[in-house]
Amino acid sequence: MRKTVRRILLMIVTLSLLMPLSGCHGQRQMADFVMPEAFDTSRNYEIVFWAKNDTNKYQTAIYNKAVSDFEALYPNVKVNIRLYTDYSRIYNDVITNLATGTTPNVCITYPDHVATYLTGNNTVVPLDELYVNEDYGLAGRQVRFDSPSLDQMVSKFLEEGKLNGHYYCLPFMRSTEALYINKTYVNKLGYEIPEVMSWEQIFEIARAATKKDADGNYLVNGQKIMIPFIYKSTDNMMIQMLRQLNAPYCSGEGEVQIFNDQTRQILEMVRENVQAGALSTFKISSYPANFLNAGQCIFAIDSTAGATWMGPDAPLGHQDIAEENLVDFEMVVRMIPQFDAEHPAMISQGPSICVFNKADPQEVLASWLFAQYLLTNDIQIGYSQTEGYSPVTLKAQQDPAYQQYLSLGGSDNEEHYHGKIDAVKLLIANTENTFVTPVFNGSASLREAAGALIEETAKAVNRKQTIDEDFYKKLYGNVTSLYHLDQIQAGTSGKADLGPLPKTAVALLGGLSVVWLFLAAYYLNDIRKERLKKNG
Amino acid sequence: MKKLFVLMLSLLMVLSFAGCGQKDDPKKKGEGVMTHEQYVAAELNSEVTIETYIQAKQSWWQDKGTFYTQDADGAYFLYEMPCSEEEYNKLTEGTKIKVTGFKAEWSGQVEIIDAKWEIEEGNYVAKPVDVTSLLGTENLISHMTEKVTFKGMKVEASTDPNGNEVAFLYNWDGSGEPGSDLYFNVSSNGVTYQFTVESYLCGKDTAVYKAVEGLQIGQTVDLEGFLYWYNGPNPHITAVTVK
Repeated sequence: MRKTVRRILLMIVTLSLLMPLSGCHGQRQMADFVMPEAFDTSRNYEIVFWAKNDTNKYQTAIYNKAVSDFEALYPNVKVNIRLYTDYSRIYNDVITNLATGTTPNVCITYPDHVATYLTGNNTVVPLDELYVNEDYGLAGRQVRFDSPSLDQMVSKFLEEGKLNGHYYCLPFMRSTEALYINKTYVNKLGYEIPEVMSWEQIFEIARAATKKDADGNYLVNGQKIMIPFIYKSTDNMMIQMLRQLNAPYCSGEGEVQIFNDQTRQILEMVRENVQAGALSTFKISSYPANFLNAGQCIFAIDSTAGATWMGPDAPLGHQDIAEENLVDFEMVVRMIPQFDAEHPAMISQGPSICVFNKADPQEVLASWLFAQYLLTNDIQIGYSQTEGYSPVTLKAQQDPAYQQYLSLGGSDNEEHYHGKIDAVKLLIANTENTFVTPVFNGSASLREAAGALIEETAKAVNRKQTIDEDFYKKLYGNVTSLYHLDQIQAGTSGKADLGPLPKTAVALLGGLSVVWLFLAAYYLNDIRKERLKKNG
Repeated sequence: MKKLFVLMLSLLMVLSFAGCGQKDDPKKKGEGVMTHEQYVAAELNSEVTIETYIQAKQSWWQDKGTFYTQDADGAYFLYEMPCSEEEYNKLTEGTKIKVTGFKAEWSGQVEIIDAKWEIEEGNYVAKPVDVTSLLGTENLISHMTEKVTFKGMKVEASTDPNGNEVAFLYNWDGSGEPGSDLYFNVSSNGVTYQFTVESYLCGKDTAVYKAVEGLQIGQTVDLEGFLYWYNGPNPHITAVTVK
């Protein structure tokens, strides 16, 4: 008996020595989430949801309604919502809170950001098991609302949430980019708009629009200002152009491949058209919608999720510019320009949801149920109608009410504004032509770097700097350094190399190793003595 | 003789004191530095070098800071000027800096971007200019980015997402929550203007944020702030006094 007690004591000492090890480097280790057998409704839970909206009162109303409806279904769960209008602010706040273990329970996110969150220990809950759980999974038996089953999710969007072979992001809404065109001016310039525009066509028309009269007014609009083609997100511009050219961007493992011949070809195209006064960007000029609606832009590329701002009749078209500056014209929506019209490619983007791990699995389960609630038809359809967003479930897309909504496109300039419904139809029709870029720890930086190449080239042209071999060499060097592209380690999605251990940790580990050796020797000696005693 | 000696000594002392307390002249420019007039005349996208004084800081984000600055002749908006957080903290109100960057314009706001800068000796805090009478006139633009006041403005109603008349909104359409930008309407001579409390400049714990949250429709207020431009005047208000 005494021996057993001594061994137990020995084990306790060993364990107590081992415990601090987990806190030696990086944050506290969170245990893997283990799915509870049942949701304990006898307890109360308070969960925090960080939501992102497009500074849109209809979207915030939908989030608030989702919270109150969910709380009515699960009176033991209280959801505290915090509203953001910027993904990068959510990202920044999550990173700050990861260190203190005070992340929200559920948050709207981009997969790129989740790749960084995953560098923590079990910070984000893998959703694989939750998706298929018979009771609480998608359309599970114990779920108190009508949620979509796994096969009612748009599989393309679902797969976008996969990192390191596991689902970490639940899609919430999807958008792509669209080309919003002032058809009146294109026709005035003597051109027709094909179903799919090529980059060559768009730049040709844009250059034609730069002609001025003797007083310096542009011929096409009679104004002093005309920026024929404005691109909102140059990150997307570079990424999509590379994709359309089948050019490398990065490998699936995170190897940076952006500095290639096709990138140079794209930058030359940018140089040539900025020089001609045919192209500018949001960062350099301002929102494409403001210029488009004032008749000072002919081609505006922006998200389908910004469609309610695009065009003179758009519900928010007059919001940012004075009424007297609005110009009447016919606007049409097309997919972004393509290099190969037979094989179009466009980005898939939009908010996803992640569920953060917590010490209490019941709290995680409550969070998952709320996340799943955001996939119900009321929310999917309601949120989709606020902008050019597509629902991420087939259940919502095929719902008769949603089909009716789509069919009424153009019947009014509010709920059924044609620009918004044409934009979402474009995405639904081209879902199979959408793509996402590989996600890894550093992919968000690479994305920014892609845009910076275009922005810096355009600014250099505006500043009349020489664009030659030396310029590009310097540009690539600056972008590499500014966005830490040389520090991205291929294959480090998820847990990253945190660098060498601090000296104190090394000393502690060394000390603990000695203790371990001592304990092992003591234990073995104990066994040997016991055996000798038995044999003797 | 003794009297003359005392007089000369006193004069010397006075002169010495004057030298000791000599303030930097915000009108004076170093070599190769533009006057405000030259800056205004400079072409967009051209390189500019100015000397200016920090008046307020809007935000620091990813090693870049945005500043409202001014010298004795006019103002300069420094957008996303590269600086570490430590440097940003050093750039307090009145600090003199020499800035070399590129003149740009974004939605009407003239600014300096991609700037390099250094701190110089000197300190100046601008007094706000009353531009109430310039509201609605073409001359207002000449005070872009400056510290300004609007006197005797009447708080007008805004409409919240539920259709109620309120004195202010969180975000332009009421979609925000405490901590978001505040938007409120004020009128002068029967014309209504929309003003903003920029949450990055004056967060929810500042006196001005709380003051705007406490406004009532119909109140008369004096306002102080920076004359930011977004497709027209869009003042960023930093102080409110209810009359």
